[in-house]
Amino acid sequence: MYTEQVMEHFTNPRNVGEIVDADGVGEVGNAKCGDIMKIFLKIKDGIIEDVKFKTYGCASAIATSSIATEMIKGQPIEKAVELSNKAVVEALGGLPAHKIHCSVLAEQAIKAALRDYYEKQGIDPTPILGEPVHDCHDCEGCAH
Amino acid sequence: MQRFIYADNAATTAISKPVLDEMMPYLTSEYGNASSLYDLGGRAKMAVNTARERVASAIGANANEIYFTGGGSESDNWAIKGIAEVMAKKGKKHIISTAFEHHAVLHPLEKLKKNGFEITLLPVHENGIIRLNELEAAIREDTALVTIMYANNEIGTVQPISEIGEICKKHGVIFHTDAVQAVGNLKIDVKAENIDLLSMSSHKFHGPKGVGALYIRRGLVIPNLIDGGAQERGRRAGTENTAGIVGMGKALELAVATMDERSKKLTAIRDRIMDGALKIERSRVNGDRASRLPGNVSLCFEGVEGESLLLMLDLKGVAASSGSACTSGSLDPSHVLLSLGLPHEIAHGSLRLSFSDDNTLEDADYILSVLPEIIERLRSMSPLWDRIKSEENN
Repeated sequence: MYTEQVMEHFTNPRNVGEIVDADGVGEVGNAKCGDIMKIFLKIKDGIIEDVKFKTYGCASAIATSSIATEMIKGQPIEKAVELSNKAVVEALGGLPAHKIHCSVLAEQAIKAALRDYYEKQGIDPTPILGEPVHDCHDCEGCAH
Repeated sequence: MQRFIYADNAATTAISKPVLDEMMPYLTSEYGNASSLYDLGGRAKMAVNTARERVASAIGANANEIYFTGGGSESDNWAIKGIAEVMAKKGKKHIISTAFEHHAVLHPLEKLKKNGFEITLLPVHENGIIRLNELEAAIREDTALVTIMYANNEIGTVQPISEIGEICKKHGVIFHTDAVQAVGNLKIDVKAENIDLLSMSSHKFHGPKGVGALYIRRGLVIPNLIDGGAQERGRRAGTENTAGIVGMGKALELAVATMDERSKKLTAIRDRIMDGALKIERSRVNGDRASRLPGNVSLCFEGVEGESLLLMLDLKGVAASSGSACTSGSLDPSHVLLSLGLPHEIAHGSLRLSFSDDNTLEDADYILSVLPEIIERLRSMSPLWDRIKSEENN
């Protein structure tokens, strides 16, 4: 059902944990739907110095969190802003159709953490990131 | 080599060696069509009839009350749609069932609902068992059918079938039971338990897949689900799956002969797992602890998601399920666990272990040796677990 990349990131997830003095923290999803992703960012001079995640969810939720954090770690903040769920899916060599929403969650979790960062900096995040998404938005996985 | 433990026998079982041996001739030299007149066909017919007698005697029925089908889902569909059609003509369009039936029952009922039937789904409460007074109160003048599963496929709870049969008899209502998980595991007597129709499936008791049977009490006539040739006394068309039917008959005969001994063994494995797993913080057993299938353990672990748990177990060589294998493509938690009143977030963290003759107490010990560290690992990366713990401290 899953690609080798998904299984590899699920069994050896990168960047698991928390950053106590994070510059931005974002959480998306909810327990009712079966997945929650929480992203912690450490940003210095426009560069994502460190990123950690905590995820409750299925294997693809854990794998998408892991690869998404790898894709933005050490990168300029713009890279994180531009990260799309499609790029996450491609990096994992594909996801089953009913698991695509996990990649959407990963994108949203990073955006939520960036939003928190910009707000803390006194910058309005909406022109940069668009309107915030609500829980379960874009999620076709369940009926809630 | 890494250990492999198959703990998903409620999904399917392995064909046993004696069953395969019994089937082999009908897959090779004895290939005749059981409806043909020459001797090769006659021998196939005799083999089918022997299997029919074996299946009948396993549930206390007569051989002419057993109809072979393509499996449990077909049997359920035939029984429910057939009774519905007959009773609708008498103006009876109300069916009573439970909230946690298999989809092979629930989906036909949903279809009937669209066609004007009224469906009452009895609650199964926290212990996964219906209440007889609620059943009796639900029966009406226009009740066409009561269909209640013998034993649940996900949580293994066993219903008070003979009491249900008694109530149905008293009110003159037809009683069907989906006994797919129960046949071969529990003592069944369709006459003593007043069962009018009973569905079974061969691959749940070490027989082959793609074959099942429906018991229809003598005197009860329902329209065919599959029309065509005159097989199964004109009531189920299609060339007999001779090898499958032979395998089913042999498997059920063996399952019944070894039932008491196996039941003891599986109960010991089951109870060891339940006791061991409950030592894990914030874990629970789903469904009644005593009134359940000997080989079924259903657990929930808070703060953990079921699919991750299953894949981690798979990496440790344990094949298990989070609920029913039939719904594993779905993202919603199991309707069975929700019917027990469990909140979504707890129902997502489910694990079903189901055992057969091939398992041992050492398997239970191995599972208990890997399970806590897997739960611990998943919880260590779970923000939901962090929340549960912080709420605990406040």
